[in-house]
Amino acid sequence: MRTSSRYRVTARMIATIGVVSLIAACSGNGGGGNADAGGDTYPGDNITFVVPFSAGGPTDTVTRMIAEPMAAKLGGKIVVQNVEGAGGTVGAGEVARAEPDGYTLLMHHIGMSTAPALYKDLGYQPLESFETVGLVTEVPMTVVARKDFAPATLKDLVTHVKANADKVTLANAGIGAASHLCGLLFQTAAGVKLQEVPYEGTGPALTDLVGGQVDFMCDQTTNTSGQISAGEVKAYAVTTPERVKSLPDLPTTAEAGLPGLEVSVWHGLYVPKGTPQDVVQKLSEALKVALADQRVMDQMAKLGTTPVPAESATPQAHRTKLEEQLGTWGKVIADAGVEAS
Amino acid sequence: MELLDNLALGFSTALLIQNVLYCFVGVLLGTAVGVLPGIGPTATVAMLLPITFNFEPVTALIMLAGIYYGAQYGGSTTAILINLPGESSAAVTALDGHEMARQGRAGPALASAAIGSFIAGSIATVALAVAAPPLARVALQFGPAEYFSLVLLGLIVSIALARGTALKALAMIFLGVLLGTVGQDIYTGTPRFVFGQRELYGGIDFVSVAVGMFGVAEILRNLENEQTRTAVVNKVKNLWPTREDRRRIVGPILRGTGLGAALGVLPGGGHVLASFTSYAVEKRISKRQREFGHGAIEGVAGPESANNAAAQTSFIPLLTLGLPAHPVMALMVGAFIVHGITPGPNVITDEPALFWGLIASMWIGNVLLVLLNLPLIGMWVRMLRIPYQVLFPMIILFASIGTYSLGFNAFDVYAIVLFGLLGYVLIKCGCEPAPLLLGFVLGPLLEENLRRALIISRGDATVFLTRPISAVLLAVALAALVVAVLPAIRRRREMVFTEED
Repeated sequence: MRTSSRYRVTARMIATIGVVSLIAACSGNGGGGNADAGGDTYPGDNITFVVPFSAGGPTDTVTRMIAEPMAAKLGGKIVVQNVEGAGGTVGAGEVARAEPDGYTLLMHHIGMSTAPALYKDLGYQPLESFETVGLVTEVPMTVVARKDFAPATLKDLVTHVKANADKVTLANAGIGAASHLCGLLFQTAAGVKLQEVPYEGTGPALTDLVGGQVDFMCDQTTNTSGQISAGEVKAYAVTTPERVKSLPDLPTTAEAGLPGLEVSVWHGLYVPKGTPQDVVQKLSEALKVALADQRVMDQMAKLGTTPVPAESATPQAHRTKLEEQLGTWGKVIADAGVEAS
Repeated sequence: MELLDNLALGFSTALLIQNVLYCFVGVLLGTAVGVLPGIGPTATVAMLLPITFNFEPVTALIMLAGIYYGAQYGGSTTAILINLPGESSAAVTALDGHEMARQGRAGPALASAAIGSFIAGSIATVALAVAAPPLARVALQFGPAEYFSLVLLGLIVSIALARGTALKALAMIFLGVLLGTVGQDIYTGTPRFVFGQRELYGGIDFVSVAVGMFGVAEILRNLENEQTRTAVVNKVKNLWPTREDRRRIVGPILRGTGLGAALGVLPGGGHVLASFTSYAVEKRISKRQREFGHGAIEGVAGPESANNAAAQTSFIPLLTLGLPAHPVMALMVGAFIVHGITPGPNVITDEPALFWGLIASMWIGNVLLVLLNLPLIGMWVRMLRIPYQVLFPMIILFASIGTYSLGFNAFDVYAIVLFGLLGYVLIKCGCEPAPLLLGFVLGPLLEENLRRALIISRGDATVFLTRPISAVLLAVALAALVVAVLPAIRRRREMVFTEED
């Protein structure tokens, strides 16, 4: 019944505020490390999902969406914890050092594959320090420009920026951000070096794009589709092999003549290296169930994305993707000469 | 009239029983997290966002918005009572608000903050309803060059925050700027002053600095000197502003509202300047400049009004353009998306009930807040009677929990210890934390926009003069500087920097 659910929600909300301090005080070391890690009894304790980015951001939202159905399948409780800092490397490092007992998981995005090239002394290695559990979702990106920017198509854009490389500005949301990576790949694919203008996050970058202060940028559909459909920015292409449902008229980069520019913000779930295989399997099964959940699909559709197909939500598919991406970004970042530390 | 039709639609939405209820829940939660040191609106909105998945979109947004502006109301309470600001705006309130509390005038300080916030919130909501889309268009004219000039102007006029000598104030501003540079440089990725600590890559959190420099240092000072402290507790005078007080706060409230409303519209973070600038303006034009820093009620009413007006108008870029001006606004973008509404310029036309309902709810929320907060004043003032040996460990406990919950990072908790000690040493040297916080907040903004403007102009520094808005702001900044240094007005300036003995 509608009313009773509302009351429950209110009670939950008040309870949430009440336990804010308790969560803050108790969940610091990430779940009960002393619980029995055997496959039969797992999970016997709360599971912690570490999100290495701020609460409320896209990665956090995706994590919270799948946490509930996964907890239901596993028959335990999942606590989402945000450990921010240094492009996600603080949170990832914490999970890499956690007990490999299946009670501490990491949700990370494309940044997992770019960190080794961007940061020296990372303190962990993506392939050696973690077991992959499965891919979760791939969020497409779009190439957008200020609405009065001259080029009309992606091909025109490439010609224009090549001819005016000393004038054009390319915005991004900071070193290592998805928009930055996509911008680097654009420069590689187009064979041009442009003046980048970094911002602290997507919001300010998009604000200056709408305000006409900078020329163009790449960003996730989540952030741009509203501005695109309102005509506040000019859109050239979407960077995935298929068009996106929310922007049916927007061609893919391959269709628009720049096939080298293929990038998506892929998300995956990790556990520390040495986690028992049966636990990894259980988690992967639960992930598959969560991704097939109608509610999760609906919510992801609202974010302009979809869950990955069931065959990608496996440890092996995830590992293959990670290996391939480490290779791609290691080269792109090294060629661009970018270094974060 | 179209506006009246729209407002009717808005109020018919906002006055639905569940919307009023969740508006109340939002402002109540906002007041609560505003009062608790360290736990800010950003963390609260982030935590409650998943719960709103089951709500109607408009109900969810009404509640989340209520948390945000409710926290602006509540934030002044701890700043005034125990010198513990949880946000940059409340740091300004603490300057004179806490002095008033020490003089037994916590009641009038809290009341003028609440009344000022109510008036400012109501007027700013009208501005939001009448002129949101055109204001947002104007705000988009502000690029990096304009922000640089604006922040520079703000920094120059805000030197009035200092009570001590100009030299010490400048030293504190520079120390603040230096602290603000800690972390990864956003342009090159180079870590600055992080000493190999990955936790410092994101910079030092404002809450840690404010809680340490103000709150913890204040506790140390109180523990050192038991006598001045007991004096605070015993002589609680009137709870309500006197007739004289009421006469004195009208001007500051109205000026603060105008200033805050204007700065809040700017999507690049104009809201952080609102309370600083309002304080500086009130101090400049007041006939009682000597009272500032020693419990001037104008120094509470003005900045609190400015802060609340800015909190309301900072919804303008979000609602009309889908562009967030603030971390809380970025979370609201998330809330829009989760509820299937694509934030952007189309929201007004596609979802009129949501747009106008949210605006109308802000007015209702402001009424609820003032009804909620005025009766609480008596209770807050009584809190000062709690024996200090009980009160101070609780303050430290809440401050530690609050700072830890910022990013589940023990580093932030160590930081309040460090800044508490630093703050104590500085107080002993006769230096004040307010200019330091000013430098800490504005320094990074200044650097970021200076460099961005120069990157975009390819190193051509004339961009600050050839862009009209920027040129005007710089001219005003120059004028402010000239006024401060001209020997002819030297005497006036000395009154601004009241010597402390």
